[in-house]
Amino acid sequence: MAGHASKQIDSKTLWGGKTSPFSTSYGKLMMWFFLVSDALTFSGFLIFYGANRHSYGGSWPIGEETFNSLPFLGHGYPLIYVALMTFILIVSSVTMVLAVEAGHRMDKRGVVKWMIATIIGGFFFLGSQAWEWSHFIHGSDFGKVELNDGSLAIVKGHFGEIEHFTVTKAGDHHHVGDKITEDLAHTYKHAVSEGHLNNNVITLHDGSEATVEKHENEHLKLLVKEDGGTHKKGDVIEGNEAAVIYEGIVNSGDADRVIYGANLEENEYGPNQYAQFFFFITGFHGFHVFTGVLINILILMGAIRGVYHKRGHYEMVEKTGLYWHFVDLVWVFVFTFFYLV
Amino acid sequence: MERDDIVEYSLDGHHSEEAGVKIRKKIWFVTALLTAITAVEVALGMMIKQGSEAWPIVKWGFIVLTMVKAGYIVLVFMHLGDERKSLKSVILIPYFIFIAYLIFILLWEGTAIGEVLSTYGS
Repeated sequence: MAGHASKQIDSKTLWGGKTSPFSTSYGKLMMWFFLVSDALTFSGFLIFYGANRHSYGGSWPIGEETFNSLPFLGHGYPLIYVALMTFILIVSSVTMVLAVEAGHRMDKRGVVKWMIATIIGGFFFLGSQAWEWSHFIHGSDFGKVELNDGSLAIVKGHFGEIEHFTVTKAGDHHHVGDKITEDLAHTYKHAVSEGHLNNNVITLHDGSEATVEKHENEHLKLLVKEDGGTHKKGDVIEGNEAAVIYEGIVNSGDADRVIYGANLEENEYGPNQYAQFFFFITGFHGFHVFTGVLINILILMGAIRGVYHKRGHYEMVEKTGLYWHFVDLVWVFVFTFFYLV
Repeated sequence: MERDDIVEYSLDGHHSEEAGVKIRKKIWFVTALLTAITAVEVALGMMIKQGSEAWPIVKWGFIVLTMVKAGYIVLVFMHLGDERKSLKSVILIPYFIFIAYLIFILLWEGTAIGEVLSTYGS
């Protein structure tokens, strides 16, 4: 590690030509310069995110309200999942630095072992991110609702399970009395956002109508995010009032009063820009992780074939290590500014 | 052809088995520290709600802890702490000057836009 870089050399010799004043190889120096420019790119994204957020004066989504789910376990675990992702990335950064350390001792087996561990960590992170995106795109069971006074609220609570739809008016595919049991939640949410649910009667794609057999939603809570005529930002509507308002909106038959999930045009979490930034920043970071995994695999193959051992040093491992640590570094900032603050 | 005018810096990184033991100890220490900081951040985020009185302190605490984490990653994991001072300066100083400027100018601008929108409507 230390080596030449910490050796005392008088500055006349150091800067007098022939040697590198930084005491590093060309490749490592260029990797650092690339990382500085990439860091500027990410900083630009995150700072522009901050500028947008500041222009919304406080109605920006709150991380622990938006990201509170775990796979298989449902809701009510604020930030645990992203903390897990952060931990996975930190661990894979550690295994990378152990690979670099093994390389400095010319320990080929150590390099291979820790590189494999790093690659596995990278795949785990990518998988986690895929789940996170899917969850973000599909959204919650309740969506974001527009109240009668024009205010916007996000909804928390326990979603009553849908048992089935009973067809009451025949359409192209379904006959009266049919019980539909497949793809219920998706159909239901789609109908609600299109305004095809009216007094508990759902109009299906083929034109048939059906009644919805559904358990009641429980513990509903409306968190008002944007001012309307009567409700102001920060208001919380609870209890029976919340249930009356929410069920009224869902069963109103009006289109576009409930928004589920997220796409590039609208999202249930907050201003449109929020989801756009989410996709762009975490997507760009995820792309870096993906390329990092690919590069790690190439370097692993080189290490297995003994390319670096023959060369007499494992500096290639160190250089990819720099890139991999940088990816971890970026995630530390994304974690803070997208999820925590 | 052998060239005598090239200094092979790539070999400088090599260290002995004994030095390796010490370095690995440091790596595991930093791992524990980064994990602990992340756990503290999540716990604070769960306990203290945005908009509460303690929130501004927690928010700045998060930012400080993030800088601590970033410092350990860059200086220990990326070995920048072991590089020559000139290299550290070349990487860090231009970056921080530009980023401090950009943070100042864009957050200021964002707040100003927010005020205009809330006064004149969007």
